[in-house]
Amino acid sequence: MNVQQYAGSGQAAAIFGMYLPDHIEEYPNVQVLSADMSVAASLDRFIYQSPEKFTELGIAEQNLVGISAGMASEGYTCVAVAQAAFITMRAYEMDRQYLGYMQNKVILVGLNSGFYLQYFGNTHYCIEDLAIMRQIPGMMVLSPADAGEAVMAFEAALNCPGPVYIRLTGGSQAPTVYPETCPFTIGKNNILREGQDVCLFTTGACTGYSIQAAEILSQQGIETRLVDVHSLKPFDTESVREAKNYKLIVSAEEHNFVGGLGTAIADVLAEEGGYPPLMKLGVKDRFSKPGDYDYLMHQHRLSPELIAEDIKNKLQSL
Amino acid sequence: MIDKELTIQLEQLAKKIRVDIIRTGYLAGKNGAHFGGSLSPVEILAVLYSCFVSFDKNDMEHRDRVILSKGHAALAHYCTLYECGIMTKADLDSFEQNGSDIVAHAKRNLSRGLDFSGGSLSLGTSYSVGVAHACKRKGLNNQIYTLIGDGEMNEGLIWEALMFAGHNRLDNLTIIIDHNHLQADGTIEEVMNTAPLEDKLKAFGFDVIQVDGHSVSELYDAFSQRPNGRPMAIIAETVKGKGVSFIENKAKWHHSSLNDARYLKALKDLGEEVEND
Repeated sequence: MNVQQYAGSGQAAAIFGMYLPDHIEEYPNVQVLSADMSVAASLDRFIYQSPEKFTELGIAEQNLVGISAGMASEGYTCVAVAQAAFITMRAYEMDRQYLGYMQNKVILVGLNSGFYLQYFGNTHYCIEDLAIMRQIPGMMVLSPADAGEAVMAFEAALNCPGPVYIRLTGGSQAPTVYPETCPFTIGKNNILREGQDVCLFTTGACTGYSIQAAEILSQQGIETRLVDVHSLKPFDTESVREAKNYKLIVSAEEHNFVGGLGTAIADVLAEEGGYPPLMKLGVKDRFSKPGDYDYLMHQHRLSPELIAEDIKNKLQSL
Repeated sequence: MIDKELTIQLEQLAKKIRVDIIRTGYLAGKNGAHFGGSLSPVEILAVLYSCFVSFDKNDMEHRDRVILSKGHAALAHYCTLYECGIMTKADLDSFEQNGSDIVAHAKRNLSRGLDFSGGSLSLGTSYSVGVAHACKRKGLNNQIYTLIGDGEMNEGLIWEALMFAGHNRLDNLTIIIDHNHLQADGTIEEVMNTAPLEDKLKAFGFDVIQVDGHSVSELYDAFSQRPNGRPMAIIAETVKGKGVSFIENKAKWHHSSLNDARYLKALKDLGEEVEND
């Protein structure tokens, strides 16, 4: 796969507007279902091309998951598309029972997770999905960093057994993290940058901001190992173990700092002991003052400058 | 119309299923069982499995699908599947034993005839509508039967699913509402009135038939009607706890356990010969 073509697209547009229509013949069993989100997800071309592979549910996320699971039980691989906040939280019990418990092959695609819905406000922000979806036994949780990785995650999800939640973040303006194709293995983190002072784990669109933070730190003489955690579950515990000899471990996520990436890392550190401190950057368990994306990331100290500042201050305090 | 011989046969089957329910539930001891809601849909299941549902273990693709959205009637389902030779005596004897999947709510197991992991009310309805949609898309000529409890119709997901079925004209779908008028906290009419159910289902795009849910001939006639471009709903008027005098129409028997004396009384009510000590 050549990911260059996806640079400059949003994650959903890359998956549903480009990759899927281009590759549908490889997946005769795939069915796509949407909860009134086909336009938002750029599914127009796919629906025009393959109307017999599409089902519209209307604004009904719980039924979206139920119908998808019923179809999956008949041998289809179903891709269910809705806003991240609603496909995870409103339909949580359905995700748990139909998919985790019954192991029906449904790929849940959560659109506009994190803060991408900017002026829509807190009802539409989704800073809880990693935490709750990780809780479901048998559910894989992927969180791609940019459009190219979103396509790689989607392709991996199509080609593995079992249900998957894919968390889509950022928009078409988000920085490109993967200008070139690289290996994508579920459960195996990607190292984006090497450095000896701090080990920074990040996920989703926050990865682009973390790259910029690492550059700022480098200019100040602090070298960062940057790890893209695209798989929250299964979780690459080995790459956490590799952080043992750093001065500081940091997690940065566009998500509540309770239950998400930082917590997953903390679980490994706490059980094994002997690690440097972990600083968890993220939303500090509160609702947000609405605004544009940069305003929201800045508010939660997730802008590149503030990530760098917090890391520098923490290193100095050690 | 069914002849007298088949009527008697079906009624005898229903009686056997009820005896199985009482015996299996009694053996579960203090773990208890959903006696009330398992005794009400017995004729529905007996007629369905004897006369309408195709189930061939060697052709799982083309068989009809039966989904209990009313998951707490699993005991009735187990006993029906046992009487029809799909589940074994050993399966039934493992009811509510530690480590067994045969518990109050079924776990999907296709070879045992269990299409769905029931328990959380309303989820089976949405799932079965998805199955019906998929079967039509695959071009199968089979039927999907969904058993729904009337109390269960309080749940919002039911109506999302029915809206989808009507909108997509899923005429391979038959829902059967076990309308026993009782839920855990009291009567449907007191707790959350679903009436007028027939009008609501029609408004959602269903052809609706009302029957006496304990009349095997009325059920037979209802299931014989082939839907015409629309999904079908059968509202089966039933009695919760049907057949056992002290369980009938008692909300507290939604889930309970049988002591020895009540077990014997229940068998007597069902016409079984019981030895008196």
